[in-house]
Formats: sequence, C-alpha cells, structure tokens
Amino acid sequence: MAALTRLLERLEGLREEYFLTNRAIDEDRKRKYKAAVKIQRWFRACRVRAYLRHLSKMVILIQKWWRGYLRRKHFREIVERAYFIKKQKFYNEMAVRIQKTWRGYYVRKYIHNFCALKKYLKAVSMNNELVRHELQEYAEMKENEEKMKDLKKKEKEKKYRARKMHYLLSTEQIPGIYNSPFRKSPDPMELLLRKSKPLTHRKQPVKSPFADELYGWPTCKEPPAFVTSLPLLPADRQKPQGPFRDPAEVLRQRYKPLEPTLRVRESMYSPPAKAREPTPREEWRNPIHDNKTLKHCFHQLLSLKSLEKLTPALGK
Amino acid sequence: NSGVVCLLRPLLLDVVPSIRQTAAIALGRLADYDVELAEAVVKAGILPQLICSLPEENRYYKKAAAFVLRAIAKHSPQLAQAIVQCGALEMLVICLEDFDPGVKEGTSWAFGYIARHNPELSQAVVDAGAVPLLVLCIQEPEIALKRIAASTLSDISKHSPELAQTVVDAGAIAHLAQMIPNPDAKLKRQVLSALSQIAKHSVELAELVVEAEIFPVVLTCLKDSDEYVKKNGATLIREIAKHTPELSQFIVNSGGVAAVVDCIGSCRGTVRLPGIMTLGYVAAHSENLSMAVIVSKGIPPLCVCLIEEHEDHIKAAAAWALGQIGRHTAEHARHVAVANVLPTLLDIFVDTCSSEDLKAKATLKNILQKCTYLPALEPLLHEAPPSIMKLIIGQFSKVLPHDSKARRLFVTTGGLKKVQEIKAEPGSLLQEYINTINNCYPEEIVR
Repeated sequence: MAALTRLLERLEGLREEYFLTNRAIDEDRKRKYKAAVKIQRWFRACRVRAYLRHLSKMVILIQKWWRGYLRRKHFREIVERAYFIKKQKFYNEMAVRIQKTWRGYYVRKYIHNFCALKKYLKAVSMNNELVRHELQEYAEMKENEEKMKDLKKKEKEKKYRARKMHYLLSTEQIPGIYNSPFRKSPDPMELLLRKSKPLTHRKQPVKSPFADELYGWPTCKEPPAFVTSLPLLPADRQKPQGPFRDPAEVLRQRYKPLEPTLRVRESMYSPPAKAREPTPREEWRNPIHDNKTLKHCFHQLLSLKSLEKLTPALGK
Repeated sequence: NSGVVCLLRPLLLDVVPSIRQTAAIALGRLADYDVELAEAVVKAGILPQLICSLPEENRYYKKAAAFVLRAIAKHSPQLAQAIVQCGALEMLVICLEDFDPGVKEGTSWAFGYIARHNPELSQAVVDAGAVPLLVLCIQEPEIALKRIAASTLSDISKHSPELAQTVVDAGAIAHLAQMIPNPDAKLKRQVLSALSQIAKHSVELAELVVEAEIFPVVLTCLKDSDEYVKKNGATLIREIAKHTPELSQFIVNSGGVAAVVDCIGSCRGTVRLPGIMTLGYVAAHSENLSMAVIVSKGIPPLCVCLIEEHEDHIKAAAAWALGQIGRHTAEHARHVAVANVLPTLLDIFVDTCSSEDLKAKATLKNILQKCTYLPALEPLLHEAPPSIMKLIIGQFSKVLPHDSKARRLFVTTGGLKKVQEIKAEPGSLLQEYINTINNCYPEEIVR
C-alpha cells in the first residue's frame, strides 16, 4: 500500500508529468514531423528539379536536333529556289536581249523601214517631176494648138479680105496703094492681092423648105404646112432639056398624101399593134393541125417548083 | 397668166401637127420662166394630154414635149413628182429610143432635171428603165447629147449607193472613162462630175472607177484651161482618195499629188477647194502618205491659200489640211513649222471675226503636240492665248531639259523672261511645265 500511495502521489505528478511529456513528445513529434516533411519535401523537390532539368535538357536536345534538321531541309529548298530564280532571271535577260534585237530588226526592216521609206519618197518626188513635166508639155501642146487655130483663122480672114478687095490691085498705069513707086519691092499685101481670085457675087443660099423633109421622110405624113408655094427658081436658069413634066405636077405627085392601110398606119406601139404581136407566137405553139399528109407535102413541093420555074433569073 | 394655159390646151389636140408642136413649145417656154406658171400648167391637167400620143408623134413634137417636161420639172420636187405620177416616165423612155439625137437630148435633159431633186425621183427614173438607154446615148457621136447624158447619169447617181450601183451595172464607167480625153470642155466637166458622184459612195465603187484606168489621164484634166474641168477633176480625185489608204497610195504613186498641188497653185477661189481637201484626205491616212505630200511640195500652196483667200470655208479647209499633214510625228510638224505658217494659223485662231468653224479648224493643237522645232515656237510664245500657251510651254518643257544649245537660245531670245511673266495656278499642268523649265536653269538666271 505504501507503494500505491507513493504511486498515487506520484500519479498526480505523473499525470502532469505524463501530460507534460506527452505534450513535449507531441510537440516534438509535430516538430519532428514537420522537419521530416520539410526535409523530405526539400529532397523530393531537389529530385524533381533534377528530373525536370534532365527533362528539359533532353527536350532541348531533341528540339535542337529536330529544328536543325528542319531548317537544313528548308535551306536546301531555299537555295534551290534562289538558284532557280537566278537562272530564270538570267534566261529572261538573254531572251529580252534576243527579242530586243529581233524586234528592232523586224520593225526597222518591214514595218517602219526607214531606208525603204526614203527610197519611196525619192521615187515619189521623181515621179512627180516626171508627171509635172509631162503635164507641162501637155499644157504647152494645148496652147500651141490654140495658137495655131487662131493663126489659121487670121490667115483665112486675111485671104478673104484680100479676095474682097481685089480691086486695090495695081494696074499697068496706076500703082495701087500697096505698090508705092518709092518702095523697093511691093508690099506683101500687094502680092497677096495678086494671088487671090476675086470673089463672085454670093448666091443667097436657097433654103429649100424640103431639106428637112427629105431627111425626115419616114416620120412625116404630109408636106410642112407653112409651104404655101413652090420654091422660086431663078428666072434665067437654063431649063433642063427634054420633055420633063411640070414641076408643080411632080411635086403634087410626090406629096400626094399617103393613104396607108390600117395595119401600116398604126404605129408599132399602139394597143392594136401590140395586141397583134403574140398571135404568130401562138400560132407556132398551137397550130391548127400538125399532121402533114403526103398529099400536103406533094402540094408544097409543086408550088415551090412552079415558083422556081417562073422566076429563074431573079435568083441570079 | 390671163388664161393663156387654158387657151393653149385645146391647141395641143389640134389636127395639124405643127400647131401641136408650136403649142407645146409655147407651154414649155412659159413653164420655163416661172414656178407659178409651171404649177398652172400642171394644174390645168395638160400633162396627160401632152404625153398620151407621144409615141406616134414626129420628132419635133417629141422634142417640144420633152422641153415642156423639163421646164416643169426643174423648179421643184413636187412638180417633178406630179410629172412622174402622170406616167410621163414611160413615154419619155420610149422617146429615148428614138433615132433623132435632138429628141434624145431633150429627153435625157428632162430625166436629168427630174432625177436631180431627191432619191425617190431618181429611183423612179431608174425603175422606168432609163439608165441603159442613157448609157447608149453616151456612146452617140453628138457632143451635146453626150454632155446631157453624162450630166443625167451624174444626177441619178449622186443620191445613194444603190442608184450609183445601178448606173455602174449598166456599164457606164467604161464609157465615161473613155470620154475623159475628149477635147470638149463642157463634156469633160459632166463626165468628171458623173464619175465623182459614182465614186463618192463606197470603197467598192471607187475601186471600180479606178479600175477603169482613169489615172493618169485624169491628171491632164487638172491642167485644162477651163476652171470647172480642173475643179471637177480635183473632186474626182478627192472622192477616190478619201476612202482607204490603199487608194490614196495609188494616187500618190501615179503622181496625182503633184498634179493636184500644181492645180491648187494655178487656181483662185472656190475652184481650189476640192484640191485642198484632197491633200488633207491623203495626208490624214498615214504618216508615210503625209510625208509623200510634204515631199511633193504640198505645204507652200496651202500656206499661200491661207493667206490669200478671203472665204472662210476655203481657209478652214486649208487649215484642216495643214493640221492633217502636221499631226503625225515631230518630223511632219517640223516641216509645217518651217514653212512659217504657225503665226498665220494663230492669227486666224485669235481673230474675232473668223467663224466658229474656222476657229475650230485652225486649232494648232494637233501640230503643236508634236512640234519640237523651237525656233518656230518662240514667236508664238509672245502672242498666244492661254489654251495654246499651255501646249507651247509643254513642248518647251519636253525639249529644254535635254538640249543645251536650245536652252541658251531660249534665254537669249527672251523666252525665259516671258515664261516668268506667265501666271499659273499652282498645281496646274502649266505650273508644272514652268517648274520643269525653271529647273533647267541655275537659280540666278531664273531670278
């Protein structure tokens, strides 16, 4: 029992002690737990960090290699493209050079051929000179013709006047006005007068009123109404020899009015005449009978032969 | 007017033929004198009586009847229409087949006057079948008949291409072309006029006329002593030249341009006009042809024309022709400028009493746009109105930056000073040109 009371006394303190140690241990434990956690945490973090570092190093490595590969591939493509473009540019320039020379040559030779143009213009001006020259000659020829015509007219007039004034010719006794004795040789007018034949009295041209008549006989049907009497012949004319009929009678007979048949009287264009025209054609088209019998032919032959006998000479 | 027509009317049906003839001649002379008398004759219903018995009559009556119809038809289209309506055309065609040349002449003259007025009447004449007979008339030996037949064909073909084609189909061109060398002046006038009326409508007709080998015979017509022969010859060449460059080329090759130039130089007045227009048309087609015109010494007569002539339309034509010559390249403009014609054109342009048409044609725009010949441009600087000034300054600004000698000349002749005096709105084209010119010179000179 003493132990128990001792223990019980100690128990009070034990409880407290127990409580305090437990509390200390508890707190220790919490502290130690926290420290352990901290340490562990720290260590794990280090590990993770190392792992991450490793990972990132690996990633960088992979990316480095991959990107290098990609870029090298692209670079090859770029180089190829640049090379191609460079070649293209070069070819283009050369093509431009060729085309330039060709086009210049072609245009200068065929389209805007300056030399040909110059030659052409020269030819044109030469041709123009020729044409001008010829036209000038033509104009001069025309002028000469006119002058010749004028001259001839003047000559004719002079000759006519000389013929009219033939009485101015000089005679044996009296010298004419153009043959003055003080001159060495007679005037040319004098010579002309000597050469020319004196004019006779000009007969009045008998304007026969039948002149038109004779020309227009098919269309006229009677003598012109303004003829009142016969044309007057000169009183002293030599009557033609022989038993000729009286001219008035002759004229009457000549101008007896024509009395043509109805068919002749109508003109070609009048309606009856035009209506008559188709009938011959119709006759040919639809004759009354076509059958030519032997008798018919015989008759025809006979008639022809008889005609021939009767008119042997006419044919020749 | 005092009932004369009514008195004459029964005489037309008289038994005696000479009375009929004389009555017809009297009616013809009345109608010839005055329009109202002609209308009175038509209103009195004389025409049917006149033509009813025409085929059977003698040639004097036919001539008189043709005279009456022609006297009536010449006044107005309505009277001619009245003649056509009473069926006179068929009768006239019958007359045209007559043997007497006087009758044929009167009938063709009547046809000519009828066909002159408008295309419908011409078509009526053609429908009556007159054209082949007219072509036969042309081949007759009498000169007067040929003249009238040629003038009638010319009147028929002037209205439309179809009518001209009808005339061509009747084979007229060959006969007309054969008559060009004929010495009679009036005949030549009519023949040339007929050919030009045919050729003016279309390219094919013009080519047909050219194929009839009229060149170079036509050029002799340009040297004829008769003014109107020259005018009609020039008209024919103009109608041919205006269609295509090939035809113009043909004319140049046969020396036509030289002949036309000489013709212009020798005539005065309206007779020159077709020749001037020919040069304009030929030069308008292409620059080679324009150069050919310049080489044929075409510019001096045109300048003389501009200065001498008083009529506006001739001056306008000359200005137009010069514009056509000079507008192609700098070389052409230089030739025009060297001939010292630009001041004249400028004067015409500025002159207040010249007509609108003349002013429009005398615009130097065409020539100035290509002109790089500075000595000719200088005098214009001092007198030009603003619209022309712009062009001139523009030309200077194109040439001066490249040519040092020209720059020196420009300063010495006072052109730079003049340029400074011009006031232009900033930003306008004129200001730009002025700036370009000022930039060619160092600062001190500009100030």
